[in-house]
Amino acid sequence: MTENKIPVGPFHPLLEEAEYFELKVEGEMVVDIDMEIGWMHRGHEFISESKAFTQSIYLVERICGICSTSHPLACVHAIEDIDNIEIPMRARYIRTLIGELERVHSHLLWLGLAGHFIGYDTLWMWAWKYREPVLEMFEAISGNRNHYGMMRVGGVAKDVESEKIPHLLQILDEIDRKMEMIAKAAHDDPVLKSRLKGVGVLKKADAIAYCAVGPTARASGLAIDVRKDEPSDAYDLVDFNIVVLPNGDVYDKLVVRLLEIIESNKIIRQCLEQLKTVPGPILNNVKEITPGEGIGRYEAPRGEVFHYIKSDGTNRPVRHKVRAPSYVNIPTFMASCKGIPVADALITLAAVDPCYCCTERALRVVNAGSEHLDLLALSRAKTEQLRREIYGK
Amino acid sequence: MGWYKRRLAKSLWVFHVSGSPCNNCDIEILDLLTPKYDVERFGIKLVGSVRHADVLLVTGVFNQKIAPRIKRIYEQAPKPIFVVAIGTCTSGTCCFKDSYNIVPDREAVIPIDVYVPGCPPKPEAMIEAVAKLIGVLNG
Ligand code: SF4
Repeated sequence: MTENKIPVGPFHPLLEEAEYFELKVEGEMVVDIDMEIGWMHRGHEFISESKAFTQSIYLVERICGICSTSHPLACVHAIEDIDNIEIPMRARYIRTLIGELERVHSHLLWLGLAGHFIGYDTLWMWAWKYREPVLEMFEAISGNRNHYGMMRVGGVAKDVESEKIPHLLQILDEIDRKMEMIAKAAHDDPVLKSRLKGVGVLKKADAIAYCAVGPTARASGLAIDVRKDEPSDAYDLVDFNIVVLPNGDVYDKLVVRLLEIIESNKIIRQCLEQLKTVPGPILNNVKEITPGEGIGRYEAPRGEVFHYIKSDGTNRPVRHKVRAPSYVNIPTFMASCKGIPVADALITLAAVDPCYCCTERALRVVNAGSEHLDLLALSRAKTEQLRREIYGK
Repeated sequence: MGWYKRRLAKSLWVFHVSGSPCNNCDIEILDLLTPKYDVERFGIKLVGSVRHADVLLVTGVFNQKIAPRIKRIYEQAPKPIFVVAIGTCTSGTCCFKDSYNIVPDREAVIPIDVYVPGCPPKPEAMIEAVAKLIGVLNG
């Protein structure tokens, strides 16, 4: 039998990486997958080495627009690690607040896109509609919808004024209610369940072998979370649980993210309550960074992000290394995509991370016989068929 | 030519190309489609293939690897096509000026008609850009 190849991409930006996927198929089944990255490479590490520390924070914020707090946060952790800089209590709460708000908006974004890929545009519109209040909260706190520019070495850039907190809590109540509704709707929906259950399974052993992190790992039964394992900022002062599910399929990844949103809301509420009373400065004045090395970790919405900074006593890093979570999560496709039907491939690829450009770019895929087939339509047709089977119409 | 352009100005279909952005501009573009901004009520629709598009929305600084692809997309598009560059990245390289991997002149890759600066620009600004484009097309 001749081997057919389905190219997906190259536009597919997840974090700083855009990928080109090549699915090798035999009939309906995916037998192998190959990928190529580098479409989004802009040389952050190199540029960072020519910038001052404060400018580096601005720069790493622009690695990724979806987790535009995780990178700066890991970066300032790394710089603070060189000199063991203490940060004020109030700043710790604000950092955690921003980090968790970002997790909520990122997971909602993913949820919407996942819905879009399987033909649930209602879910897409819903999830993105309820994502707007989160962005509103960001705008109220930092002045910008995305790219908040809140992190500084030794604290944060902007205070959350106490007059704003009742209003923010009000928005949070609203988000909470909507989240419960979406979680319940997604949980009770028989079509969603039968469409996603058992699809693209990443076994626990594979998750360990490929060093998966974040929700991808937690949905495969691996309880790893930097927030618990090495709490920084206010994570050891707030009460929350990490969500771990055993099955490793796309459905579990969805549920993990939904439950994490609810957990994050809990953290946000605690932070806001604390910010009503916790006094103090928000920024310690850091005059210089001594020579040395530092590492910074933070649990981004997609998993652990890692920064390494080496300083030689000047105001710039001599070496700045970044490892983003998707970089380790993407190779898990090798395990999760083999042996599944082509119609499930798109959602399995998307389950690790949002990939909206995939929507546009995966539309026209050509197999070796040069007939056109539409991956998105294929994925949606399967959902439709299941819906008919379940509701009998 | 006037009627030809006016014909385009009724409802613009847009295609979105990301040339090494940080994703944020792209999310904000998708945000336009969702209930809060809902640009479909103006007839602006995001389409899945460049062959159906009247407007190209490009984001990002264009690295060396992606620039030929963007050029190819532009060549595949039916003319006339209008290119709207979203974000400071495309207008002025943002903070990536010193990078070894970006193309120095993005206008050399594809001609750009409208620039929307901002990092990322607010969705309102993007709507205004496209609305202005419609205004110009209508003369
Ligand atoms: S302009 Fe800003 S938000 Fe837009 S892609 Fe560039 S860095 Fe990202």
